[in-house]
Amino acid sequence: MKRRDFLKSMTAVAAGSALPAAPAVFSPARAQSRQETLLIVSESGPNNIDIHGVGTNVPGYEVSWNCYDRLISHGMKTVGGVPYYDRDKFKMELADDMSVGDMSATFKLKKKATFQDGTPVTAKDVKWSLDRAVTVGGFPTFQMKAGSLEKPEQFVVVDDNTVRVDFLRKDRLTIPDLAVIVPAIYNSGLVKKNATEKDPWGMEYTKQNTAGSGAYRVVKWTAGTEVVMERNDNWIGGPLPKIKRVIWRMVPSAGNRRALLERGDADISYELPNKDFVELKDAGKLNITSVPFSNGCQYLGMNVTKPPFDNIKVRQAVAYAIPYQKIVDAVLFGLGKPLYGATSEPPLAWPVAHKFTTDIAKARALMAEAGHPEGFDTTLSFDLGFATVNEPLCVLVQESLAQIGIKCTINKIPGATWRTELNKKTLPLYTNVFSGWLDYPEYFFFWCYHGANSIFNTMSYQSKEMDAFIDGARAAAASGDTATYDKDVKGFLDTAFTDIPRIPLFQPYSNVAMQKNVSGYQYWFHRRLDYRSMVKA
Amino acid sequence: MLAMILKRLLVAIPSLIGVVIITFLLTRALPGDPAAYFAGPAATQEAIAQVRAKLGLDQPLPTQFMRYAADLARGDLGTSLTTGQPVATEIRNRLPASAELTLLGLIISVLIAVPLGILAATRPGSLVDHACRVLTTAGVSLPVFFTGLILVYVFYYLLGFAPAPLGRLDVFFSAPEAITGFYLLDSLIARDLETFRAALAQLLLPALTLAIFSLAPIARMTRASMLAVLASDFVRTARANGLTPFTVVVTYAFRNAMLPVVTTLGMVFSFLLGANVLVEKVFAWPGIGSYAVEALIASDFAPVQGFVLTMAALYVALNLVIDILYGLIDPRVRIEA
Repeated sequence: MKRRDFLKSMTAVAAGSALPAAPAVFSPARAQSRQETLLIVSESGPNNIDIHGVGTNVPGYEVSWNCYDRLISHGMKTVGGVPYYDRDKFKMELADDMSVGDMSATFKLKKKATFQDGTPVTAKDVKWSLDRAVTVGGFPTFQMKAGSLEKPEQFVVVDDNTVRVDFLRKDRLTIPDLAVIVPAIYNSGLVKKNATEKDPWGMEYTKQNTAGSGAYRVVKWTAGTEVVMERNDNWIGGPLPKIKRVIWRMVPSAGNRRALLERGDADISYELPNKDFVELKDAGKLNITSVPFSNGCQYLGMNVTKPPFDNIKVRQAVAYAIPYQKIVDAVLFGLGKPLYGATSEPPLAWPVAHKFTTDIAKARALMAEAGHPEGFDTTLSFDLGFATVNEPLCVLVQESLAQIGIKCTINKIPGATWRTELNKKTLPLYTNVFSGWLDYPEYFFFWCYHGANSIFNTMSYQSKEMDAFIDGARAAAASGDTATYDKDVKGFLDTAFTDIPRIPLFQPYSNVAMQKNVSGYQYWFHRRLDYRSMVKA
Repeated sequence: MLAMILKRLLVAIPSLIGVVIITFLLTRALPGDPAAYFAGPAATQEAIAQVRAKLGLDQPLPTQFMRYAADLARGDLGTSLTTGQPVATEIRNRLPASAELTLLGLIISVLIAVPLGILAATRPGSLVDHACRVLTTAGVSLPVFFTGLILVYVFYYLLGFAPAPLGRLDVFFSAPEAITGFYLLDSLIARDLETFRAALAQLLLPALTLAIFSLAPIARMTRASMLAVLASDFVRTARANGLTPFTVVVTYAFRNAMLPVVTTLGMVFSFLLGANVLVEKVFAWPGIGSYAVEALIASDFAPVQGFVLTMAALYVALNLVIDILYGLIDPRVRIEA
């Protein structure tokens, strides 16, 4: 190439690109498909569309929930005008009939049930899928264990159409645990065909492909960009869903998600900052639903194994120095249920309000009694992954604790390392959220307060009385002894609020914003969307 | 020339090996524990240990490195944990998205910055010169996410001219068959004008955002380099000989002022390609920058390593291209390997 030619061609390229750009033209031909499609925008997307996968993230649960069926699911009740799953009401999904005996439950499958590739759903598929859940390890196996579902021998094929689940021990959580996301039923023939010697459960295949009988199937998935799902017209798990196609796009900027909703381009979104939800609600152009998290609360935890928080007086002083109402008003913009200042005995449920209020004088007195009249220095840690709530919350707590002489240095921990740091159980003071899928007080307390010291007992709290109450409540729930159950639940609630190793701050809300023509939102324990009930007018 | 290119590529190999080793060690030095992260919130210590063993992270570092190097030799960059996809595929899909955006941004930027720089140089101290200074200062001092959000707010939210900031294509369009990976080119090859228009519409705002940001170095460099050339003897001679001002400035002066401008362009391009994470975030653009940052946040080793390696290879290629361009623009420049 000669220099002169090169320069000439450069000029030509420059001239070519200088032509005025054509304006964006919107094609009316695509309007039709817009009507039948639900466009969801959220911050992050799945990393694996199989909940049994290694490290499947929460958005992945949403795909699994909508693309697979379980034997049973839950019915609905109404909380604050919003359909809310009913923990005590079970509805049949793949099963046609469930009969629960003393030490086993028998499920008859729906006769016409087929997987998305047309093969019939048999008892063998059910056994294979449940075996898989208790065998693959990691989160699915852990979740199954929570309902005493631990061994493949527990799942018995009676005939082609009937499966029996044998109980290891009496446990009130066994049946509810069969209705969570994990015990999904897989097309065992299809998955086995794609399994390898190194990967006997076909995890590599289901990571990318849906192999279920569910109401939707994934037709396209570009990680980090979008998931496209289409309706399975042969679904027999319930009434045929109204939405034909679901397009779920990842939009990282919260401001843009809000703009997309306000301009009417996106149908539904969640994971917006509370402030945006409040403003959208006030503007009135969209439908906003806010319902409290089931079985969850944000709390301030204290490490009770080391001074100064090993002293119960110090913990009580901190509990009297938290600006509870300010947090609800200024941090949550009202989108949270306060959990303080109870004037009567707490109801036998969880989460419930404790009796502490913001009372600096009392807090100072307790600090003096505890031998810390001058206060002390400590660090207050939080997860940067949820900085929109955690950061202002910690600043308020820091300000308030300074009044009783506790000088906090705020320690911001990135999301990737938060769990590692928390699991070390060395942080002196921190804020965190815990919410369980199974909405039973004794379930929450077993994980968060029991001396077995699970990783959720982030305070390393140990108390013989507490353990006795929790174990008692679990046994009483299994045997149906209501009187003992009530006594023990009251016992562990009282102990938790007297010893106060962790201070419940508020019950967060799950917020969803959608267009006025979109309806049918249901709140589920997993807090993700269920497309099957959604309707677009 | 071919021998020279080969020689240059051979020289680049040791630096690439160095990059491989350093990124491997750096990612391992990150504070996060990927096993704890991916074991999920409900994981017990055993569950975390299981995940760690599955990911091969329980092995000693040299073993991990040998395994990584062996995979690399086979062209396997590993699998990302955050997206669940092979890193090589992801980079192949995402690099064109970033490159298309960056190139368009750069073209817009050059179209504005170079004439502006020339005008400012020919009339130093004039209104044009001041306008150039204000524009470039403003462009470089506004953070890109801010410019991006403002553009989205005005052109999408308020005026409704621009399409929704939802990535490379409107949701109801399907991507053209991938040949180059550049949607504009692919849709033209497929003769699908509607998709071309849709892709261009999605591109305009983010490209403009990048252009505004990269105006400053290009315009300032053009101006400075033009000032030096305009003051030189041959320009005075050309003027004395009665050549038209246009011929003097464009044909003689500008051609001689191009070398530093091309160097700046190369630097700006490689910088933008990796650094436009914020633009990608604002416009939900499936580019390579946001991919690397997300992986970094999750201590997901493989994509970070793959990203750094790709960028290093790109730098080598880009520098080579720039050196070849030097030779074409100014025959006096001879490239030494």
